[in-house]
Amino acid sequence: MLTEDLLHEETELIDKPSFPDEEYELVYKKPDSLIDVPMHYCPGCAHSLVHKLIMEVIEELGIQEETVGVAPVGCSVFAYDYLDIDMQEAAHGRATAVATGIKRMLPDKYVFTYQGDGDLAAIGTAETIHTINRGENIAIFFINNAVYGMTSGQMAPTTLADMVTTTSPYGRDVKTVGEPMKISELISHLPGSFYVTRQAVNNATAVRKARKAIMNAFKYQKLKKGLSFVEIIGNCPSNWKMTPIQCNEFVDTNMIKTFPLGDIKLPKGEDLKQLSEV
Amino acid sequence: MKGNEAMAEAAIQAKADAYFGYPITPQSEVLEYLALEMPKRHGILLQAESEVAAINMIYGASGAGARVWTSSSSPGISLMQEGLSYIASAELPCLVVNVNRAGPGLGTIQPAQGDYFQATKGGGHGDYHLIVLAPASVQEMSDFVFLGFELADKYRNPVMMLSDGAIGQMMEKVTFYNKEIVKPEKPWATIGKPKSRPRNILTSLYIKPDRMELHNMHLQEKYKTIQETETRWEEIQVDDADYIFVAFGLAARVCHKTIQLAREKGIKAGILRPITLWPFPSKRIAEIADRAKLFISVELNAGQMVEDVRLAVNGKVPVEFYGRMGGMIPSPDEILTKFENLIIKHHVN
Repeated sequence: MLTEDLLHEETELIDKPSFPDEEYELVYKKPDSLIDVPMHYCPGCAHSLVHKLIMEVIEELGIQEETVGVAPVGCSVFAYDYLDIDMQEAAHGRATAVATGIKRMLPDKYVFTYQGDGDLAAIGTAETIHTINRGENIAIFFINNAVYGMTSGQMAPTTLADMVTTTSPYGRDVKTVGEPMKISELISHLPGSFYVTRQAVNNATAVRKARKAIMNAFKYQKLKKGLSFVEIIGNCPSNWKMTPIQCNEFVDTNMIKTFPLGDIKLPKGEDLKQLSEV
Repeated sequence: MKGNEAMAEAAIQAKADAYFGYPITPQSEVLEYLALEMPKRHGILLQAESEVAAINMIYGASGAGARVWTSSSSPGISLMQEGLSYIASAELPCLVVNVNRAGPGLGTIQPAQGDYFQATKGGGHGDYHLIVLAPASVQEMSDFVFLGFELADKYRNPVMMLSDGAIGQMMEKVTFYNKEIVKPEKPWATIGKPKSRPRNILTSLYIKPDRMELHNMHLQEKYKTIQETETRWEEIQVDDADYIFVAFGLAARVCHKTIQLAREKGIKAGILRPITLWPFPSKRIAEIADRAKLFISVELNAGQMVEDVRLAVNGKVPVEFYGRMGGMIPSPDEILTKFENLIIKHHVN
């Protein structure tokens, strides 16, 4: 088990700039529960932004002490370096099974997984579908960037048609490897899914909507009516070989054509009425 | 009671918080027994979609501080090896029971001990050990559940009970452990981080090699302590014996009859029955090798434990092997005949 000391040894604290109080008014800051260390993510990567949104929501709901996260293999396997909550690292694809074990033992705590597309939609497909079918009262945050980021840009189940990756150097040939997998649509048909939505974080409006979706996913756990699934279209500047700005444009011009944004399954009004009661 | 049922009842009495499993012959009675009993008593039961999912549910639940267990048989245990490697590295206590059937591949549902290597040498990737308990009776299938949970908690290490299809299916009288069940505090568990402590992280990931080596050294240090403190075995008529059978589980039961037949003929034979297959009673075997004439490892496989016996004896006296495979079980007479031939072969009369 990592101890706090060991973690800090690995990642030096940043010197915080100091501003004289009389000159500047603080209007926005990152959540305190997002640990103040340099992240290993590439510049412009959506993970850091989504991490921040999750911790903002956890802080706003005041549930830092009641939340357990699960980060499986993929770039975000190091999420526990940044999120100041109890966390378990999981094997590739197994996060939802691990989260099932946690939630069954701690039914009143907030449990979430944070998974990439290779993890959730390829090697972990069985665990994903069965966890959702059981209606486990957890939240899944599914970061879809259409490539295997950590292993440096191989084709994922979500890679777009004709998209070039290191293992589809001539472009994804859908005739031989299939169409990109639309997991959100697929799992929305399972009765165990309570809330399914697809969001992006490539512009300010999208970020606000994604934050709202993350907020919903945490809140709905209290209802114990099933699983909340928030897909977030991410990016991968290094492996897409684009600047962060080009990435943002690529999300608009290509990614959301295959993966259209919006709510795919919404809770019923009567269920939401209960939410104000719990 | 059947061995499998005794084990399931023992787990309920040991106040297990949860069982996650998947049906497989010859141990499906476990899940069935629990499905009937647990709703009336206590604990969470979940039939997983696969052994892969089950062992990862164990990971999550154990990490949340619960007393958890699963059971399966050989092909299912193979599927759990990935998870067991993660569990061993993240140091999560749990009990995993393998009701061994014959392999390789789909094999057959008859009893075997062909998973000895898998159980005792790691099984999954990386340098790690499970504590492996080998029951030879229905009573021990019950006893080793209690012992297994205790050892798992004491060392924060996964414990495997390596049984077989015969002991799992046979019916014998059983008395359940009648002591108070004490579950230790688990301050390392991920249950939500109060303000009073830093966050708990359960992981097997140490990306820097020097850190990974440190973690390995920590594990090896723990395994050394386990070897020094937890090695268990039974000796039957070993004190005056010239010939030592080494056998565990079902094979030890058959050998018990064989040594009786041998002693009726005036041949002084005894049995050393390892109860912990890992840690293996190497030290004791080495001591006995100073005075015994011949060791015979009898196993329901092609010869696996015999390697550990040879390492322990270290060339002092001959070490022979006799085994049957594929779910076949040798008779006491069959072993006796083989034994007498070995005595002649080695001129050790």
